Amino acid sequence: MQETLENFLRALRSMEVRVSPAEAIDAHCTVDSVGYGDRTLLKDALCVALAKTEEEVERFDDCFEMFFARDEFRDCDDESSMDEISDADSDLIEEQPLAEMLLGGSETEMAQAMEQAANDAGVANIRFSTQRGLFTRRILDRMGLRDLESLIANLKRAEGSDAAEMAERLEDGRRYLFDEVRQYIDRQFELYARSAGEELRAEFLAKTNLSAIERRDFERMHRMVRRMAKKLATRYNRRRKHTKRGVLDVRRTLRRNMAHDGIPFETLWKQTKIERPRIVVIVDVSQSVAAAARFLLLFLYSLNEVIAKLRSFAFSSHLIEVSDILNTKTVEEAVPEILEKIGFRSTDYGRAFADFEENAMDALDRHTTVIILGDGRSNDTDPRMDLMRQIHDRSKSVIWLNPEPEPFWGTGDSEMHRYRTFCHVAKTCSTIQDLERVIDDVMKSYFRA
Amino acid sequence: MNDIVSQDILDTKLASVDSITQGLGSIGYIASRRIATAIFVAQNLTKPILVEGSAGVGKTELALSTAQWLGLPLIRMQCYEGLDESKALYEWKYGKQLLYTQILKDKMGDTLSDTKSLGESMDRLHDFGDLFFSEQFLEPRPLLKALRQKHGAVLLIDEVDKSDEEFEAFLLEILSAYQVSIPEIGTIKATVPPLVFLTSNNMREMGDALKRRCLHLYIPLPDAKLEQRIVASRVPDIEEKLRRQLVAFVQILREEDLKKLPSISETIDWARVLLLLHADSLESDMIRDTLNVLLKFEQDIAAVERGIPELTRKAKQA
Repeated sequence: MQETLENFLRALRSMEVRVSPAEAIDAHCTVDSVGYGDRTLLKDALCVALAKTEEEVERFDDCFEMFFARDEFRDCDDESSMDEISDADSDLIEEQPLAEMLLGGSETEMAQAMEQAANDAGVANIRFSTQRGLFTRRILDRMGLRDLESLIANLKRAEGSDAAEMAERLEDGRRYLFDEVRQYIDRQFELYARSAGEELRAEFLAKTNLSAIERRDFERMHRMVRRMAKKLATRYNRRRKHTKRGVLDVRRTLRRNMAHDGIPFETLWKQTKIERPRIVVIVDVSQSVAAAARFLLLFLYSLNEVIAKLRSFAFSSHLIEVSDILNTKTVEEAVPEILEKIGFRSTDYGRAFADFEENAMDALDRHTTVIILGDGRSNDTDPRMDLMRQIHDRSKSVIWLNPEPEPFWGTGDSEMHRYRTFCHVAKTCSTIQDLERVIDDVMKSYFRA
Repeated sequence: MNDIVSQDILDTKLASVDSITQGLGSIGYIASRRIATAIFVAQNLTKPILVEGSAGVGKTELALSTAQWLGLPLIRMQCYEGLDESKALYEWKYGKQLLYTQILKDKMGDTLSDTKSLGESMDRLHDFGDLFFSEQFLEPRPLLKALRQKHGAVLLIDEVDKSDEEFEAFLLEILSAYQVSIPEIGTIKATVPPLVFLTSNNMREMGDALKRRCLHLYIPLPDAKLEQRIVASRVPDIEEKLRRQLVAFVQILREEDLKKLPSISETIDWARVLLLLHADSLESDMIRDTLNVLLKFEQDIAAVERGIPELTRKAKQA
């Protein structure tokens, strides 16, 4: 039974439920105390011990149902082929276990034999869909297909109607067996290998240029970006204390040393509190960044989900605050709504900054970090450097992430080379990987300050 | 404090999932199968349970009820930002230490008067041992208290997500080995490992290390059937018809887009309020007047208020 549990754990891992070795031990202990007898109890108990988030609980439930859905063989309707084996028959099939099973065995017996063979063949190692044929073959071989085939061939060559009929029945049986094994492999593939493909796809997406990401990957992207945003947020979204070196905290030192009659054996130092980041994000969703706009909004949405104090704005020519839309709508609704409201028009950075000054400049103070996502191409309108300077002066730091590579900055109608003067950080960011790295860097420097 | 319970009784009480469900039910906590299983496994593997779920689904209540049912003392620690070990684990009794110093000063002369050399007086002083940092001067805080209970206890670490990450790391020793290390004294091990509940509202993701050491229990909002049973057990005086209607109403509310969905505690409060008002079936006016019991945000109330007649009709049909 231990092997079953090991395989189940492996299936769980492939469904992205993280199971550490220590948790595997827990699982074994759990099974020891509850046993395999009561299915619901087993499921609940293992779930409590292994699934550690709400999402994992869901995945666990699915996986459990799929894994412990026993592989029952279909009932063979054709009664004749499942009759008791007559003496005459047993002479013909020369005591071959597989043939006997096909002719007279029960479904459970077949299922057991197949699982045994599958275990021997190492089905749990299946990774790619192209391996399915290979594993089907291996299982069949282990079940004794070769003997069966030679038997059928012999029977065909032999004289007499009995032998011919038997050969036919065995061929039916073989076809039936083939189907079953095939289906079994498909199920195992679902169970063990689905995530491998998923990971591959995710890895590929992370390195793809934002503007080249296709619509059908939107959902997958959202998951990835969300995970990333969450990771960043848990790392930085909290208040921290930082010891100032060399400045004595007299009050706390006195209290701590009361036991020593006020003689300061233990010294305590003053600390500075580092507040949670307060972030304002401004996203360009105009024509020039059309391809990336969808993604930038996606990122904004995920960030909004995980960072408590976030104000977000979007613009192409006008600028509007989108915090409310992001807060109240689901991502499928919010992104198109913003794009419809404001997106895909011609860019006017100057105008957008003017709107920003009017509505939200007051929100900036020395705790605020401003993140601007955009290409800095302003259609030769007035870039309003004065406002950009104001944003820079009022806020703690300004970070500009540009989907264009750096050599393009300042070419054509790009004002990026001028804007970057007023940025603490200005970086290219064209893939998800870039984005994650840049934001991580930014947060790090933010907290060191 | 509670009566002292022997280990045998505890063991029989926690012997099976069914007995746990029944036991908790007997004191008014209707536990789903998963909840009961979690307690069962926790007892068998001696592991803490991390309980998650939105506010008001009965996370804290679970710990309180378990303690009450088992007759064990409940030791509760509320977490908040800035909580540190001197508030959670132990603190030295400074006043007592100070007093002791004074006495020691007076006595010092007497004790050392018959010694001849400095070396000899030092030796004698050493004989007194390190009294300042001994158990007499230790002020136990919740965690230490829980470890020192002779017959076990239920330890509730409430809203652990509100504490700092450093504190989370500090909890690890207690959660995995049921012991704490105090530098001046040594390691204190629990005589009987307490049954530990940690609750979290998901203000932040808990660290993997903590999660790994805990069993995880997610309590969702209940379905209508379970909620009716809960209301029946908590507000037994309410009539069945009204109970069915009000639970249906709350269930419908949960489908709406609200900032804060009403959870079980709100349903129970509302049931109590309706009982006080002598209602025998749901009426639009009455709902309008008491909506603030269910919904805690101005916008939510405004959003629901318009649709009350419609919602009431639906609830009555359900």
